[in-house]
Formats: sequence, C-alpha cells, structure tokens
Amino acid sequence: MAEAQNIPVGSTTAGQIAVAAESTVATRMSAPPSFDVADFPVPHGREEEWRFTPLERLRGLHDGTAVADGAGVKVAVEAPEGVTVELVDRDDPRLGRAGTPVDRVAAQAYSAFDKAGVITVPKDAVLTEPIRIAVHGEGGVSYGHQVIELGAFAEAVVVIDHTGDAVLAANVDYVLGDGAKLTVVSVQDWDDKAVHVAQHNALIGRDATLKSFVVTFGGDLVRLHPRVAYAGPGGEAELFGLYFTDAGQHQEHRLLVDHNTPHCKSNVAYKGALQGEGAHAVWIGDVLIEAKAEGTDTYEMNRNLVLTDGARVDSVPNLEIETGEIVGAGHASATGRFDDEQLFYLMARGIPADEARRLVVRGFFAELVQQIGVDDIEERLLAKIETELEATV
Amino acid sequence: MATLEIRDLHVTVEADNATKEILKGVDLTVKQGETHAIMGPNGSGKSTLAYSLAGHPKYTITGGTVLLDGEDVLEMSVDERARAGLFLAMQYPVEVPGVSVSNFLRTSATAIRGEAPKLRTWVKEVKEAMERLNMDTSFAERNVNEGFSGGEKKRHEILQLELLRPKVAILDETDSGLDVDALRIVSEGVNRVRETGEVGTLLITHYTRILRYIKPDFVHVFSAGRIVESGGAELADKLENEGYEAYTKGGVSA
Repeated sequence: MAEAQNIPVGSTTAGQIAVAAESTVATRMSAPPSFDVADFPVPHGREEEWRFTPLERLRGLHDGTAVADGAGVKVAVEAPEGVTVELVDRDDPRLGRAGTPVDRVAAQAYSAFDKAGVITVPKDAVLTEPIRIAVHGEGGVSYGHQVIELGAFAEAVVVIDHTGDAVLAANVDYVLGDGAKLTVVSVQDWDDKAVHVAQHNALIGRDATLKSFVVTFGGDLVRLHPRVAYAGPGGEAELFGLYFTDAGQHQEHRLLVDHNTPHCKSNVAYKGALQGEGAHAVWIGDVLIEAKAEGTDTYEMNRNLVLTDGARVDSVPNLEIETGEIVGAGHASATGRFDDEQLFYLMARGIPADEARRLVVRGFFAELVQQIGVDDIEERLLAKIETELEATV
Repeated sequence: MATLEIRDLHVTVEADNATKEILKGVDLTVKQGETHAIMGPNGSGKSTLAYSLAGHPKYTITGGTVLLDGEDVLEMSVDERARAGLFLAMQYPVEVPGVSVSNFLRTSATAIRGEAPKLRTWVKEVKEAMERLNMDTSFAERNVNEGFSGGEKKRHEILQLELLRPKVAILDETDSGLDVDALRIVSEGVNRVRETGEVGTLLITHYTRILRYIKPDFVHVFSAGRIVESGGAELADKLENEGYEAYTKGGVSA
C-alpha cells in the first residue's frame, strides 16, 4: 500500500504493487545487464533508469568521455588480523559474482577499472573490530571495483568511507557465505563537487544476514544502486539509508531486492532530509518476488523530510509479486515538510527556532542512527547532522 | 502579580494581495487569577487576537502595546513570549512528525523552566497529569499530534498547560469539536490550573457551552475587531439567549 501525506510542492510519490507474469523491473531497463559498456547505448535522459538524473552533471561517466587520469581516489584499507586484503587483475575469477552491471555507468566502471580490491574474511572468523576502507578523492576521474567476501559463518563489520573530491564510478560486490553475517556502512561524505556513481551487489548465502547502511551527505551528484539477491533459502537483508540533501545536491538511491529464492526476508528503510534551493533526492525502491520465492517476507519504506522551500523529492516504491505464497509484502512512501506552522507551534512552547529544527530532524533520523551499532560512526553522523542543520539557520 | 495589558492593539493580515485590518484597537487587562471569556461571532477577530499575542508571523502589529508585567511582549520572539509566561492553547494544534510527545514535553519544559526537570520527578509529573486528563500513557510515545483525534489534540494542549504553568493562558476555541465528555475532562484540566490562582486565563470561544464548566469572572463581546461590551458572567447568559445579532447588525456603537 502506498501512502503519501503532506506532500509539498515539488515532490512526487508514486508507488505500485504489480502482480505480473513477467517482471517490469527488468524489462523497463534500456538494456539487459552486461559487463561490457558497449552493450549499453549512451543515455539521453529519458530512459526509465536515467530520467531523474541530471546527465550533464555526470562529468562524462555515462558517455565515455570521462577517462581515468591516475589522480582519482586513494584507497586505504585497515583490517584486523586474519583478513586477507588483495589487489587483483580483472581476470580474477572472484570478481563480478554478486551481480552484473545494469546500467551504462556501472558497465563503464567494470570495463575501465585498473586493479580490483578483494577483501576476504575466512570461514568461521568472527571479527571484533571493523574493517575500514577509506576512499579519498584527489580530484580526478577514477573507476573502481571492490569485492568483500565472507566465508561460511564469518561475521564482520565493514565501514567504507568516501571523502574528498572525485569523479568516481564503481561496483562493489558483497558475497556472503552460508550463515555469514555482514554489516556494511557506506558513508558518502564527499566534498561539494564530487560525483559518485556506484552499483552495490550483494549475494546472500543460505541463512546469511546482510545489514547495510548507506549514509549520503556530500557530493554534487551521488547515485547509488544497492542490489540484493539470494544464493540460498533463509537469507535476510536489512537495507537502511540516510541522506541529507543540501542546496544544489542530487542524491539518488535506487534499490532492488530480488527475491529469487524461497523463505528469504528483506527490510528496506531509507530516510532523507532536504534543504535549500535545488536540493533533489530520488529514491527508487524495487522489490521483486519471483514465482519460486515462496515464503518471502519483505517491506520497504522511504520517508522524506523537506526543511525548506526549493527542495524536491521523487520517491518511487515498486513491488512486483509473482507468487501469492508469501509471508508478507508491503511498501510505504511519505514526504512531509517542516513548515512555518510546525516551527511556530514548537516556538510557542518556548523552544528556540534552531533547537526546534534540530528536534525534528534528530527525531526523524534517530531510529535509523541507533541501529548502526558502530559507535564512532553514530557519533560522526549525529555531529554531521548538527553541522548540516547549522547551515540552515 | 502578573498582569497582561493590551492597549489599543491594531493588527493587519495580508490576504489576496491586500492588507486587511483585523484588530481595530483592542483594550484588555488580564490579571493573575482572573478568567476572561472573549466571545464573538465567526470572523470577529478573536483568533487573530490569540495568535497575535503569541507572535504568529502571519499577523502584523500596526499599533498599540502589549505588556506582560511591564515587559514589551511585541518586541519578543515567539519562544521568548512563551518563556516569559504566555501560553496559547491552539484551536488546530500542528502535527510534528518524528518528535515524540515525551521528548517534546521535556524539551519544552526545559526551555520554559530554564533547566531540565529532574528525570524521576518529571516522569511522575507527566504520568499523573496524563492520568488526570484520561490520557493513556502510550500517548507519550506517539509523535506530536500525529494521528490524534480532535479530542486528543485538545487534551494534549491542556496537558501542556498543566505542565508549563504559564502566567497567562490563552485558550483559543478549546471547546470546539469536543463532545460533552471530552469538554468536561478538558474543562476540569483548565480549572485545576485556574485554582492555583497563579494564571490569568483568556478563554476565547464562540459558544457559551464551555462556560458551564469554566466560570469566567469577566465576559467580553468581540465584534469587528474590538471589544464592544464587557460585563460579568451574566453577559454570557444574555448571549446564550439573544445570540450575537445585536452586535453584528451595528446595534451597538463601540
């Protein structure tokens, strides 16, 4: 059921639940998935998967004109004992197993990266410290590929932290062995000019659990495409996202959960706050329950809080069900606005304006932030929210 | 003794690209412990008076003064007015998604009292106040006014009145949209606050119904942007019997 409340001018919330014999999630893409960039036409902007994205701000990632210049990003990995960290060539068989690029930029990244990073947590290893991947932009163009693989029953927390200025396109593969538990936090804390487009592919093993947090604050244009599929029954995916879109920023999160295996669960919850002229957030939540995926339990939700005039939200939940033999399926999307009347109400109770705004935004994000469970990231996030809010007043 | 003095208050509002004067010289003094009922027909400017006193940005003050214990209220921001001791119970309380009632009440009480209330006594204070208003304790975990029924919103306003203990409480049509039971519960809440003798109450209403539960010391008839007649509780009885016609047809020269 789609719900929409208090939708301000300049936002859209569309949603549908389709019961279809054939998936439109796949067929509305302009080309089938491929590792080869040549298989995708250069987008012109009217394609379903590109219609919300300002192509002119992609800095050539979509049309082949952005060439890696060696001054792109620096990647530093900090990993606890027992974890293997490698740089490998493109013919390494461990690459590309979690998913195939679904659009031209992801295929461009796969076709153009130089070396791929592979991080392996061995079978049964339970890490007590997070693996930290610092991706720092040095101002140039870069294409990347990163694999994070957990062996059976391994448990790990991975923090991928993006800072600096870059034009980056990448694919990230998460491969979870049977019974593995992976928490991954991807923070996009870029400088104002950065452009970042990435496809995240997760392949979840039997009885394995993925908990993902995507946190987007910075950048001129950030477009992320987290995707989940299951390699065996009993898998669970929790996909949480948080974004704070400022004046002039375009932040787009496009999710797909492909319930291709029986008895798996997924829960998607993304929340965003927007402020300032030209702030644009896009959220696409596709969930596909294939005919064979009996016993599926899924829910997806997107909430947006518009703090000022001039911001725009496009939120499109889309649920496709090919079998009725499921535990549950639902979606919700709502965009609300922090308006003068709310401000007046809180101030009329003695609360100063800046504190009123903080109260509303903190309350809005609190339930998601608390679930991260990585203390320094939670603290940094709250501090970041404070900084963003100070920019409003 | 706290006193609110309104002198020759003129207020305009922008509507349809035109400036319209709504309040045309309001004079009123409300002292601590007193209850004043302001009654008048729709569109007479009663609510404008309430929102102007609280500082709503929609209204422009074009003349007159408002003093609370000698301090110039009109110079204060909305939150400063609240901290100075003015409270407005709104006719249409606003939904604030993402902020729980308990968080809101505590933040507000901290701002008004100047320090955070001690957690243990605070929890008890809130719980008891909610019980007196027949509010389920699960209320505290809901978001402010979100999905509240009309009666719940009004009880939530009166809950704040009880917890924030203002010097002057302005109740804007608190009775509207309430059934008899809810009206009784809300009125009892207002009376508990009145009985402390520490609050001056400005009760704005269209109907005389609420005056059966809350006995005013003074009744003022509001028409065309000013007070046109003042009297004791007996004036309400007259209005009950005769309605506002005498005032709206220009029968009274103010």
